[in-house]
Amino acid sequence: MTTIEAVRHFRGIILSKELFRRLRSRAAKAGLALLIFLTISFIALPVVSLFVKSPLDTVLRSLSSPMVVDALRLSLSTAAVSTLIVVILGTPLAYVNARFRYPGKEIADSAIDLPVIMPPAVAGIALLMAFGRMGVLGQHLNAMGISIAFTTLAVIIAQIFVSSPFFIRQARTSFEDVDLSIENAARTLGASRAYTFLHVILPIAFNGLVSGAIMAFARSLGEFGATIMFAGNFQGRTQTMPLAIYTAMQGDLDAALCLAIILVIISFLVIFLVKALSRRVYENAGN
Amino acid sequence: MLEIDVNKRLRDFSLAVDLDVARGEILMLVGDNGCGKTSLLNLIAGISSPDTGRIVLNGKTLFDSEIKEDVAPEERNIGYVFQSYALFPHMSVYENVAFGLRARRLSAKEIDLMVKDRLDEASLWEIRNAKASSISGGQKQRVALARALIIEPELLLLDEPLAALDVRRQEAMRRELKERLHDCQVPSIIVTHDLRDVSCIGDRACLLERGKIVLSGGPEEVMGWGSNLPSSGNSCSK
Repeated sequence: MTTIEAVRHFRGIILSKELFRRLRSRAAKAGLALLIFLTISFIALPVVSLFVKSPLDTVLRSLSSPMVVDALRLSLSTAAVSTLIVVILGTPLAYVNARFRYPGKEIADSAIDLPVIMPPAVAGIALLMAFGRMGVLGQHLNAMGISIAFTTLAVIIAQIFVSSPFFIRQARTSFEDVDLSIENAARTLGASRAYTFLHVILPIAFNGLVSGAIMAFARSLGEFGATIMFAGNFQGRTQTMPLAIYTAMQGDLDAALCLAIILVIISFLVIFLVKALSRRVYENAGN
Repeated sequence: MLEIDVNKRLRDFSLAVDLDVARGEILMLVGDNGCGKTSLLNLIAGISSPDTGRIVLNGKTLFDSEIKEDVAPEERNIGYVFQSYALFPHMSVYENVAFGLRARRLSAKEIDLMVKDRLDEASLWEIRNAKASSISGGQKQRVALARALIIEPELLLLDEPLAALDVRRQEAMRRELKERLHDCQVPSIIVTHDLRDVSCIGDRACLLERGKIVLSGGPEEVMGWGSNLPSSGNSCSK
């Protein structure tokens, strides 16, 4: 082999190695793209199917069925009330946990997160053991003539229980994101703690709090397991949208599909709103 | 006049400072990062409390561990310019400067007059409606200073007021800052690690090392402190 031939030969090897490397990287990219496509399809297919299998006219017709109307009204009103209560009770708690240390904070933090991890059926039975007729607190309330289980109030309590972590976590992060020196600056300028909280901290954290409230609202709307165990399934009183879907499945599939579509649309709106709000939080922070 | 004699256990060392600052005097507090400069300002402002000691401003006790006196930061009437300026990002320049007056519940008319004056003086009137998060570093520094001065503080604390500016702006700001501080005739403490700030602005300088004042003297003596000093540039052109 002459020198020139040898050089050509080696160049050939190098070129084919380069070609192989390129092909391999392309194959890896194609494989990854396919994997992403399959994953997204898996998540999207059921949602798309829901729309495919629900002709618009039947959905619209079902909108006037008493069961759908009752469920829609009950769900929206109870979720609104429970979200309001979660915001009122959760905001001070989230702020304190974001800013201060106190004995037992770790335990408090775990307790706050517990309902997210707890299986819904367990949440339902736990609520019954607390507020049911024979429950720890319920028996005393019962003696006073107050009965909670299997009422609309039970629906709200179940929703508060399962949705509060969604708000409290988000609110805590939003408060932590407010620079401590901004808070201190307000104090040195003559603002009391309360004035600082209302005029400085709350407005800066506001979008984060709203997005937490929206997530809690969505979780309340979707609440099923704890509600059916603790509040029962009575149309107009405790039968929220997910419970109505479950009930309608046994007879009127159109009504079930109609409610499901409403819930899906609300879910989309929630995602859209939360994303838009978190973008604004980012801009507000001056980034 | 400000009289400080405080002790505070920090994470790695104890802060122990005994210091007086006269009316109208500008004291430069020099030291490396983490030597306790900002912690000392926070103790004076009431953001954190000393373990023991006393802080007295113009005869009024702000902190005294013996009689358990600890005046809240909002009642100390101290102007504090934070290192990052700590402007309220959701408010306009105007609202930032007006904040201290609103917190004092002054009438809208009074507030408007005073804010207008301050903004004019600091050349900020043009940008009064701009969001505080959208203005330049130099403008932020001016807003922070105007916001601290408008409450007519009895003491001024400035934490690295020029560190966030580029070198050319620093030069101009040093002169402006010195004039402003001399005009308001209150004791001032400026924290810095830049010796040019010391020689251009200060009346007196203290070197803080691991929570203790190890050297103290006039700004002209600072250059003689030699190896004790934090690394820095040339002296300023007057």
